[in-house]
Amino acid sequence: MSGFTLFKKDISIALFSVIILILIGFFVEHPWPKDFLISIFSFGLLAMSLNMLIGFAGMVSFGHAAFFALGGYAFGLLLQSESFLTNFGALSIIVAFFVSIFITGIYSAVIGAICVRLNEIYFAFLTLAFQMFLYSVIVSWVSLTGGDQGLMGGIARPVFLGIDLSNSLHRYTFCSVIFVICILLLRILNKSNFGYSLRLIRDNQERAEFLGIRVFRVKLICFIIASMVASVGGIIMTLFTSGAYPEWAFWTQSGEAIFMIMLGGISIFLGPLVGTVLLRLINDVVQMYSSHTELVTGIIIMIVVLGLRKGLVEYLLEKTGILKK
Amino acid sequence: MFDFDALINCFGMASCAVNQLTSGLIIGMLLFLVASGLTLIFGVLNVINFAHGTFYMVGAYFAFSTYLFTESYLLSAFVGALGAGIFGIFFERVLISKVYGQDILMQLLVCYAFILITDDLVKLIWGTDYIAMGIPDEFRLAPFRIFGGYVPPLYAFLIILSLVIGILTILLISKTRFGSIVRAAAENSPMVSALGIRVPLYFALLFGLGCALAGIAGALAAPVRSLTPGMGFGILIESFIVTVIGGMGSIPGALIAAIILGLTRSIGSVGFPLFVDGLMFLIMAIVLIFKPTGLFVKGSSK
Repeated sequence: MSGFTLFKKDISIALFSVIILILIGFFVEHPWPKDFLISIFSFGLLAMSLNMLIGFAGMVSFGHAAFFALGGYAFGLLLQSESFLTNFGALSIIVAFFVSIFITGIYSAVIGAICVRLNEIYFAFLTLAFQMFLYSVIVSWVSLTGGDQGLMGGIARPVFLGIDLSNSLHRYTFCSVIFVICILLLRILNKSNFGYSLRLIRDNQERAEFLGIRVFRVKLICFIIASMVASVGGIIMTLFTSGAYPEWAFWTQSGEAIFMIMLGGISIFLGPLVGTVLLRLINDVVQMYSSHTELVTGIIIMIVVLGLRKGLVEYLLEKTGILKK
Repeated sequence: MFDFDALINCFGMASCAVNQLTSGLIIGMLLFLVASGLTLIFGVLNVINFAHGTFYMVGAYFAFSTYLFTESYLLSAFVGALGAGIFGIFFERVLISKVYGQDILMQLLVCYAFILITDDLVKLIWGTDYIAMGIPDEFRLAPFRIFGGYVPPLYAFLIILSLVIGILTILLISKTRFGSIVRAAAENSPMVSALGIRVPLYFALLFGLGCALAGIAGALAAPVRSLTPGMGFGILIESFIVTVIGGMGSIPGALIAAIILGLTRSIGSVGFPLFVDGLMFLIMAIVLIFKPTGLFVKGSSK
């Protein structure tokens, strides 16, 4: 009961957000807002879970998108497999959902066990290196993954509990519920003892060790949970696009996720989500006016990083006096 | 997936073995040049240059353009190195030095943005297609015959030149005045500047040197590899692996690790083509688990 009262406010906000999101789904006829929101759910989970590593625990990962891609590919491959579908029938989607998260968890445990002991710089570039390993596996294992072209041919979406994910409204509602549950989970972790341990490790690893925190174990658990949440983002993207693409595992995806966090600010819980929205808007606008999106995005990043020296949201909040320096 | 018969057959024939060893050495030596630049910059500035592959790419493209005009391979390699070096000094002074000592997040973002910008600029200037430079006229000679295998003169030249450049770099850092100032500044830069030495200048020069090493690798590789925007990223990951195996900051370590990796690539392409990347990462993971500082560095990486 104490757990519930502690998080009563967060749970109420989560319920409220789900209702709002579902209402948007019901009353907005035009498909654009729903499509836009689904992509925000997906990349938002990538950014939010990356911030669990960077913001909560101070572990700057440059290879987080690997787990996003792995979740998406695992989910897509399971739902393309005939024997899987005949075995699980109507429950296929649910089973595939949890199995994909589980697979990502195992993979991230292996990568994490190698990486989390290392110092900051080593950690950043090893996570990047392992992401590129996954990318090269995806691109070269053509018979399984479709290589460069991505996972084509669509995925099966059998109806379960009256939910038909090939219907865009059902799909949108399903994704928004999953999304809010994941964000709530991150919030609870952040406010729990586990979250306090992470912040202590971030600020002073030696002190945390003296206080009896098993630093390696806590960091590894954090790495695994963050990866599993990222894989949910990938699963949502696979549901949405009905395929999976190697670009998800490419290093630029991780760079983009880091920039989303930076835009929104690492010190605000929902900051990365705001950053996700901002970056998608920036991308859309740039694509409208220029064919050299990378060039323009690169210049924007340089201006934000070297000019503002902090996230756009943090900068604005400080300017207006809402957030104290 | 594994074809050990092919592997055994190959090593049963001296000619095949010689061919595989030469191509392994070529891959290894070019990788060594890139990785030595990376490890040099890290050893002194304690910065991982995530944009290091960009200078490899820039060196290759500069060399290609110079070759079109002058038709001299040696001159184009020199221009590639010099261009990458100057571009590197520009990158250091204008961009990355602004985030020294800051959160690693900022350094990552600056490098990420820099890679996006240069890749797109290369697309604008040279186009998105694959470019092949072809074997330069100077090296259109009859191949050497060693134990029945054929070794093109260009390959022999590349291997020897890379080795010479590597040795010169080690001598520059360990024996010259420039080297001792840079090493002293890495230990204690306030003290070195108190002696009246302009430390930022030396840091910029060192950064430029590291980038020039990547640039000359790209320039030398231009005849044997195809040029494409974004070509730098693959070699960046491989030079990471080299520096992890050899140890951060150690140039001799980078040399041995690069040769190990080069041979893994060339021999693997005969016996287990699909598992080459996997094996490289496996070697790296094993080194990290048992000796996280790398094979040739004493101390701790924690």
